Amino acid sequence: MDFLNAFVSLSNYVLIPGVAYGSQLALGALGVTLVYGILRFSNFAHGDTMAFGAMVTVLVTWWLQSLGVSLGPLPTALLALPVGILGTIVLLLVTDRAVYQFYREKKAKPVILVIVSMGVMFIMNGIVRFVIGPDDQRFLDGERFVVSARTFKEMTGLDEGLAIKSTQVITVITAVVVVALLFWFLNRTRAGKSMRAYSDNEDLALLSGVNPERVVMLTWIIVAALATTAGVLYGLDKSFKPFTYFQLLLPIFASAIVGGLGSPLGAIAGGFVIAFSEVTITYAWKKVLGYMMPESLAPDGLVQLLSTDYKFAVSFVILLIVLLFKPTGLFKGQSV
Amino acid sequence: MSSDPYGDRGNKDASIANPRGGSTSHPVKKGGHASAAPGGPFLIGEGMTGGYGSGPDILHDCTIAVEKGEIAVIVGPNGAGKSTAMKAVFGMLDLRAGHVRLDGEDITALSPQDRVRKGMGFVPQTNNIFASMTVEENLEMGAFIRTDDFRGTMEQIYDLFPILRDKRYQAAGELSGGQRQQVAVGRALMTQPKVLMLDEPTAGVSPIVMDELFDRIIEVARTGIPILMVEQNARQALEIADKGYVLVQGANAYTGTGKDLLADDEVRKSFLGG
Repeated sequence: MDFLNAFVSLSNYVLIPGVAYGSQLALGALGVTLVYGILRFSNFAHGDTMAFGAMVTVLVTWWLQSLGVSLGPLPTALLALPVGILGTIVLLLVTDRAVYQFYREKKAKPVILVIVSMGVMFIMNGIVRFVIGPDDQRFLDGERFVVSARTFKEMTGLDEGLAIKSTQVITVITAVVVVALLFWFLNRTRAGKSMRAYSDNEDLALLSGVNPERVVMLTWIIVAALATTAGVLYGLDKSFKPFTYFQLLLPIFASAIVGGLGSPLGAIAGGFVIAFSEVTITYAWKKVLGYMMPESLAPDGLVQLLSTDYKFAVSFVILLIVLLFKPTGLFKGQSV
Repeated sequence: MSSDPYGDRGNKDASIANPRGGSTSHPVKKGGHASAAPGGPFLIGEGMTGGYGSGPDILHDCTIAVEKGEIAVIVGPNGAGKSTAMKAVFGMLDLRAGHVRLDGEDITALSPQDRVRKGMGFVPQTNNIFASMTVEENLEMGAFIRTDDFRGTMEQIYDLFPILRDKRYQAAGELSGGQRQQVAVGRALMTQPKVLMLDEPTAGVSPIVMDELFDRIIEVARTGIPILMVEQNARQALEIADKGYVLVQGANAYTGTGKDLLADDEVRKSFLGG
């Protein structure tokens, strides 16, 4: 038995990828939960908003790369990210003016807005594929690893290697910074409090002098920043392909609902719950179990509960379980 | 409702549509300007006729007024239009006739939000606090339109409602019914209003808490803020009232000082249970 090698192997294939994927889901779910809490509908266009933000960032990254600009060991995409966020803010504000505002003025019920957001989703989906095409795009440059498997083996003398990709470190650091900023904004600033007040009790917020259009605008701006950041981090870590963002919608919604819709803290917890379930269930445990068990009991098969092709089934099942047994989610969100 | 293209047709799926805290008010026309109209009582809704949206008239030539330093109380049977009269004064329904004047200005055309800026404080009957926010945040939101330093006002409110100081960092939704009402009144007072309007402040609280709330309301009135109040508990309310209005079917039935109305045989028989 060799616990050290087992743990290193587990970290390499489950813990570290899980934390990075969880951070990306958490950022995505935060955007969904904000729209649900403040604008009161589930925004099905969120995945494609992420794709749009990532697309703008990819285009600007390519342009910067062609100019020879680089951040050294860091990916150039980080330099392009603010432009991507700006582009997405413009897109969301234009969408709001052109589409959502009409329904707000009609006092349309939230479920109407859900359907409307699906229409918006298809349009955004089309725009992204039209501009950048449906294929995989690479835009990652800079140092690929913070610690590579080989140097780790040489350093420690263990059989198992531990690789930490620079994109994973960047993902986690960015997520922590963004979440801290968001919570500071919502809990400490006047504008943030007015958003929470509007979410809590719209009528009373109006009587207190809160301008609803301003709250809506602020919400879209924050959602644009969150979605673009999440989309770019995911694209850097894996690759940019418009269709994967559309598929990401399911784990993102599962995260938001598992944590409790409308609860920012819940969205973060939900992101990690979904990410770790997905990674652990689709991971082949043969190696780790081989280290942990006496040789005679070592498994012959891969000990993989589900093929990675079925990873979306995991979020779907978790979503079903939560909705059946704890519909308010882990953090007592607003859904009943 | 099936004819409403923007309705939800009975959708109850909270996992896609958030049912909480949404706007329930009828769309009220925006804008409009206040014009000078000197003379008359401090706040008066005069000859008000109207209802919600394009619905039937609920108020018929109804007049309600309050003078500086007074407590005016609106009482009447269920469905008499008491709350509606209050909402009409606050601009939450369209008046087809009549005027609302505040402090020498005609504010009939103003939206409720603009009336708050003109110095009206309104405490609705239900959903009158931000339940998920702390007591202190509730008070801060009350002062949202103020750009000056409002910490002094907050201290005054904590002096007026000492229990709120102890619970300032608690979520307002976790407080008892009486304490919630104090938060609601405190929130409305944060704008330093020129007049305070309370819609059934004692609804759903125990008799002991009710007495305490009435004491607090008298204290607020002693600070010089005129109070216009709708009350179910007619007898207690008229006892503290300088002026009382008895409404029946959206019209003034009896008007007088609180003492006069309590002494009036007709009023006693019809509304106060003998």
